Amino acid sequence: MISLRGITKTFGPTAVLDGVTLDVTAGECVALLGANGAGKSTLLRIVATALRPTKGTLTLWNEDAVRAPERARGRLGFVAHGAHVWDDLTAIENLRVWRTLANRPSHADALMSALAIVELDGAAHERVRTFSAGMKRRLSLARWVDGGVDLLLLDEPFTGLDQRGKKWLTEFLLAFKARGGTALMATHDFSRSLDLADRLAILADGVIAADQPRAGVDTGELHALYRLHTGGAE
Amino acid sequence: MTYARHAWIILWKDIATERRRKETLNALLFFSVLLLFVFEFTLGGDRDRLTAALPGLLWLGFILAGLLALGRSFLIERENDCWEGLLLGPGDKSAIYVGKLAGNLLVMAAVEVVVLALFGVFFNVDVWSALPGLVLVGVLGTIGLAAMGTTFAAMTAQVRARELLFPVLLLPLQVPLLLGCVKATEAVLNGEGLGSVLHWVQLLAAADLIYVVVGVLTFEFILEA
Amino acid sequence: MMVPMLGWLAMLAIGGGLVMGFGIAPREVTQGSVQRIMYVHVPFAWVAYLAFAVVFVASIAYLWRRSAAADRVAHASAEAGVVFTGLAIATGSIWGKPTWGTWWTWDARLTSVALLFVLYLGYLMLRGMIEDRERGARYAAVLGIIAALDIPLVHFSVFWWRTLHQPPSIRPGSAAMPGVILAALLVNVVAFTLLYAYFVAKRSRVLRLAEEMPA
Repeated sequence: MISLRGITKTFGPTAVLDGVTLDVTAGECVALLGANGAGKSTLLRIVATALRPTKGTLTLWNEDAVRAPERARGRLGFVAHGAHVWDDLTAIENLRVWRTLANRPSHADALMSALAIVELDGAAHERVRTFSAGMKRRLSLARWVDGGVDLLLLDEPFTGLDQRGKKWLTEFLLAFKARGGTALMATHDFSRSLDLADRLAILADGVIAADQPRAGVDTGELHALYRLHTGGAE
Repeated sequence: MTYARHAWIILWKDIATERRRKETLNALLFFSVLLLFVFEFTLGGDRDRLTAALPGLLWLGFILAGLLALGRSFLIERENDCWEGLLLGPGDKSAIYVGKLAGNLLVMAAVEVVVLALFGVFFNVDVWSALPGLVLVGVLGTIGLAAMGTTFAAMTAQVRARELLFPVLLLPLQVPLLLGCVKATEAVLNGEGLGSVLHWVQLLAAADLIYVVVGVLTFEFILEA
Repeated sequence: MMVPMLGWLAMLAIGGGLVMGFGIAPREVTQGSVQRIMYVHVPFAWVAYLAFAVVFVASIAYLWRRSAAADRVAHASAEAGVVFTGLAIATGSIWGKPTWGTWWTWDARLTSVALLFVLYLGYLMLRGMIEDRERGARYAAVLGIIAALDIPLVHFSVFWWRTLHQPPSIRPGSAAMPGVILAALLVNVVAFTLLYAYFVAKRSRVLRLAEEMPA
């Protein structure tokens, strides 16, 4: 589903990514680990077609997504740091704008049922400015909870969530996987990575330093692997 | 039509936001009143000089208000990475430009009506009898100003020193529009009618067409990260 | 290679053109020797507009094909263009001082060229303010296209603005030009166009080398 070859991204003189090669097959969940500033967000944004790579190829659903990003947009969901929410609108208003722009059902019933799935129906008419980080992230996900996409890109989705929020998100992603969904998730959360991922990839020095199946890796081994490739920073 | 729905929802979003925040429109209207004072203090000593300069002052006022209003069009999208979210939706992104343009036209229209009314009252200008001509020139000039302003607002939203770069880019390109609007307004206020300045009106219409079409066609290139 | 040859050719042509303009061509009766500045002023003005046309075409090429070469040409042409525009204004001023008595007048042509200068500056300013190379190229291309399309509008509007209120300013050389003067003028136009082309080629190459340099 996703194929990255030699992805390089330079900002001025600095090369944040320097030849990233990664594959994600349909139905897989890949956890992308790495130190702060390693370039995980940049890589995710490139996969989401929100950013153009300086060099390299990105193939989504067997199509060149650098040359023709439009084809992929609308078929994937991107849960980013910023959550893409407008603070002055209510939850349901936010969702209405997003669903309209995504050409998905945006009448009140559809919106309320989507909000119910992410457990925000109670706060549907409150302004997003009052929401916690976790609530904003759930609202961000509400765009795609009732079908619509089978590829999710998540940038540190567990950061800033409380225990209850993390549990909810884990269950949601497991259900998403059960439906055959594909996910690429950048995260710092080792235990969730082990819960959800089929494969673990570590981004360091601008390349994928390690890429292996999750099976058979326990917490201790994961920590060791991480420390090995990122030089100790955690 | 999907395109129209996309443009509409952007307009709806901006109206809903402005209604909650109440910052842009109120400040602009207040600014318009202040302009009146500025013009009176700088030029009011000589009544004839002021009257002769009125068409120019009117458009100077519109452009100054426009610089403030239009420059902010995309600021709100910088929060929470909404810009990125807009980019990642399916379909023709220029619908977003059209929605923003519509919103800007509404804001500019509101401000211009107030400025015109204030000019009529405080500078003793017979706005009423010249109204149809003034409205036509106003519409033509505002479309051009807003079309290009929206494009550059998008362009400068992500650039440092945005507040400086926006007027620097916009003003020289607006010269044809400015000249045409002032000349046409002059003719209308002097009772000569638009027939005497038909070539200017045609220039304004041509400029509007170019600015809107180019704005629509180039928006997707600006929206990309 | 081709580029140095272009440079030599330009130098030769300029040499010839200047000799023709300042040496061979006859002295103009009413304005005197200062009129000879036309032989550089007109080419400068011509190149000023040509350079923007090149920016326009290169900008479209960049957006269409994402060609880094097209972006470099647009950048180089804008830099050359701003220089030639500045020279056009300066020589126009020098010409105007003895003829009109002032360094500057808001007549149609000077105003038009001055606006062109400002447009170039805005373009280069935009380029200078964006660190991301790719976005800088893209935004500059959009601006290049908008500005280029606006130039004819600027021209007409400024011309109408001026000529309907006062008699047209003195158009030096508008009387039927004798063959020698016309020939000298054309040689200089071609010569400075070659010089412009040489600058753009050289500058594009420097830009490419700067990109390829390791950080």
